[in-house]
Amino acid sequence: MTTTAPRLPRRRRGPGISPYPTWFYIPAGVFYVALFLIPTGASLYFSLTRWTLFDSTFIGFDNFVQFFQEPALLQGFTNTFIYAFVTSGAKVVLGLLLGVLLSSQIVARGFLRSVVFFPVLVSTIGVGITFKVLLDPFDGLVNTVLATFGIEGPGWLTDPSLALLSVAMVDVWKGVGLATLIYIAGMVAIPQDYFEAAKVDGANAWDNFWHITLPLLRPATATVVLLSLIGGLRSFDLIWAMTRGGPGFTSDVVASVIYKQYQGGFFGLSTAGNVVLFIVVAALVVPLSLWLNRGERES
Amino acid sequence: MFSRQSQRTAFAVGAGAVALGLTLAGCSTGNGSGDGSTITVLVDNQEATIALWDALVEKFEDENPDIKVTVESRPQGAEGDNLVKTRLSTGEMSDVFGYNSGSLLQALNPDQTLANLSDEPWVDSLDEGFQTVVSTDNGMYGVPLGQSMGGAVLYNKDVYADLGLEIPTTWDEFISNSEKIKAAGDVAPIIQTYADTWTSQLFVLGDFANVLADDPNWAEDYTANKAKYVDEPALAGFEHLEEVHEKGLLNEDFASATYDDGVRMVATGEGAQYPMLTFAAGPIIQNYPEALQTVGLFPLPGDSADANPLTVWQPNAVYIPKSTEGAKLESAKKLMAFLVTPESCAIQSEVQAPQGPFVVEGCDLPEDVPALVADMQPYFDAGNTGQALEFLSPIKGPALEQITVAVGSGITSADEGAKQYDADVKKQAQQLGIDGW
Repeated sequence: MTTTAPRLPRRRRGPGISPYPTWFYIPAGVFYVALFLIPTGASLYFSLTRWTLFDSTFIGFDNFVQFFQEPALLQGFTNTFIYAFVTSGAKVVLGLLLGVLLSSQIVARGFLRSVVFFPVLVSTIGVGITFKVLLDPFDGLVNTVLATFGIEGPGWLTDPSLALLSVAMVDVWKGVGLATLIYIAGMVAIPQDYFEAAKVDGANAWDNFWHITLPLLRPATATVVLLSLIGGLRSFDLIWAMTRGGPGFTSDVVASVIYKQYQGGFFGLSTAGNVVLFIVVAALVVPLSLWLNRGERES
Repeated sequence: MFSRQSQRTAFAVGAGAVALGLTLAGCSTGNGSGDGSTITVLVDNQEATIALWDALVEKFEDENPDIKVTVESRPQGAEGDNLVKTRLSTGEMSDVFGYNSGSLLQALNPDQTLANLSDEPWVDSLDEGFQTVVSTDNGMYGVPLGQSMGGAVLYNKDVYADLGLEIPTTWDEFISNSEKIKAAGDVAPIIQTYADTWTSQLFVLGDFANVLADDPNWAEDYTANKAKYVDEPALAGFEHLEEVHEKGLLNEDFASATYDDGVRMVATGEGAQYPMLTFAAGPIIQNYPEALQTVGLFPLPGDSADANPLTVWQPNAVYIPKSTEGAKLESAKKLMAFLVTPESCAIQSEVQAPQGPFVVEGCDLPEDVPALVADMQPYFDAGNTGQALEFLSPIKGPALEQITVAVGSGITSADEGAKQYDADVKKQAQQLGIDGW
C-alpha cells in the first residue's frame, strides 16, 4: 500500500488570505498619512483660499491666477528653469570630466578627490555668505584679483543680468563634488574586460571614452541629472544667502518668491506657490526619469 | 557571569536610557520661572537699539530689584517682520517686544495677538497722534520708545559750504545742487544703499508730506481703493527715484553699499546727501561723534517751494503679546509703565541721539542735540509736517523695498514700479480684509 505524506490543510488563496501581515504596515502608515498625506491635502485646500493663519476665505483659483500674472512672480518662475538647467547641465559635464580624471592613475588622487568633494559638506549658508563677500564688486577678492590682470570685474551679484548666473556658478562649485562621486562610482563599476578588448582592437583614449565609458555611465548620468535637476528646481538657501532674490526681483526663483509671499503674510498665495512648484517638479522629473531609465527596463 | 551577548544588550539599553534622559532634560529647560521674576524683551539688532535697551533695563532693574530683564535681538527689515509674525502666530514670542507702529502693526493682527493696554493709567500722557497708530477700534496696544522722527535728506554741511550751495526747496533745485556736486569731483552727490533694501524706500515714503500738501485726503482715498501710486501726486516719488539713477547722481557702489556705509559716507563727506530716517543720528553719535554738527537735514523737496513740509514718522513701540500671562504680564506692564516716565525719556535722550520730539507728556529734548535734529525743529514748530503714509493708512505693501530697489537701479521704470506697487498694495488690502478692494 502506498502511503502518501499527510496533506497539510491548504491555505486558501483569494478572498480568504489572512490580513495579518498587512497589520505591520499600520505604524508606518499612520506616520505617512499624518505627516505627508494630510499636510499635502491641507496645502491643496489652503492654496485655494486667502489665509491669514487665523481664518481663511475660499477664493478658488485666484491665487494661481495671481501667481502667473504678477511680473515678479512670473520672472521667478522662468528664473527657476534657467537656474535648474544651467546648474544641472554644468554639474553633469564637469562631474563627468572630473570623474574620469579622478578615476585614472594620477598623482595624489585621493587628496584631489577629497578636495573636490569638500564643498558638498560645507553649510550652504556659509558658502553663500562667503561668496557674497568674495564677489563684492568693489572690495571682493575676485574683482581685486581680476584688477591685477587689468580686467574690470562686473558686479557679479549687483548686475541684474548676472546675478542669477553668478549664484548658479557658486551652486555648481558646491555641488559638483557629489556628481563627481557618483560618476567615480559608476566608472569603477565598469569591468576592465571592455577596455582590454578595446585595446586589442586598437582603440585610443577618445574611443574608449566615447564608446565604452559614456554608454556604461548611463545609469550614473541619469542619477546625476535627476538629482541635480530636482535640487536646482527647489533651490532656495544659496540664492537667499547671496542675493535675497535681488537686485529687485532679478534673481528670484520660485522658492524665494514663495518665501517672500510668506514673509509678506500672504499665506494662501505662498501655499499656492508651493503647489505650483510641486506640480512643476513632478511634471518635469517623472517623465524624465522614465525616459532616462528606459534602458534598464528594456534590458 | 552574564554572557557576552546579554552584557552587550545591557550596555546598549543603558546607553539608550542615558541618551533619552539627556534629550528629555534638554527639552524641558524651556520656560524657566513662570513667576514673573524674569522677563524677556525682543528688539531689533541695530547697535543703537541694543545699547538703549541695556541702559533702560539697568535703570528699571535698579528700581525693581525683584524683576530681571533679558534682551534678545532679531534682524531688521523684512526678515525681522517675518520673525515677529511667525513667533506671534506660534505663541513663542518673548514676553515683551519692540516693533514698528502704524500699518506694520496692523499686519500683526493686534486684536488677536497683543495684550490690550487701553486701561492702563499712563495712556493719557501719550500724544493723540501716537495713540492712533498703536490702536485699532478694539484696543490700544503699545508704548512709544524713542522719539518721533523725520524722513528727509541728510546732508553734509561741509560739502555744501565748500561748493556754496543752498538748501533746495524744490526738486529742480535739488537736482541742480546734486549735479554741481557731481561736477566738482569725487564726492557722491546722492547716496543709496541697496544692500539694505529697506533704505531704498525713502524717495517714495519721504515724499508723502508733499503728496498730502497737494491732496490732504489722499490717505483716505488710498485706503478706499480710490487713489493710486500710478497717478500724480504720488507717482512723483517713483519718478524721482528713477531720475536720480538715470542722471548718474548716485554713489558708485549703490547696489552693494549697506546702511552703515551710507551713514559713514554722509558723516565723513564721501557722499553729500542721503535720504534717510533721522534715527541715523544714533549710529552717527556712536561711530562718528565728530560729525554731530556736520550732518544736517532738509525735507525731500516737492515741486513747489511754498510748502516744503517734513514727513514725520511716529516712534516705534513696545508691545506685549497675548502669550504673556500671569505674573509675567504684571512685570511686563511694570516695564511698559517705566518706559513712559520722564526718567526713561532722559535715558533715551542720553544713550541714543534724539531723532525728534518725544510723544510723551513731560518728556522734553535736551539742549544739545545733533544738527540734524535741530534742523527739524523749525518744521515742527511751524506745524509744517505731514505724517508718513503708514500712519494714516493700515495698508503697506510688503514688496515696496524690492520694487524701489528695482526702480532705483534702473531695472524697472517708475511707471512700471508704481503699477507693481499698486498690485502689491491690493494684495495686502485683500489679505487684511479691508472693504472696497
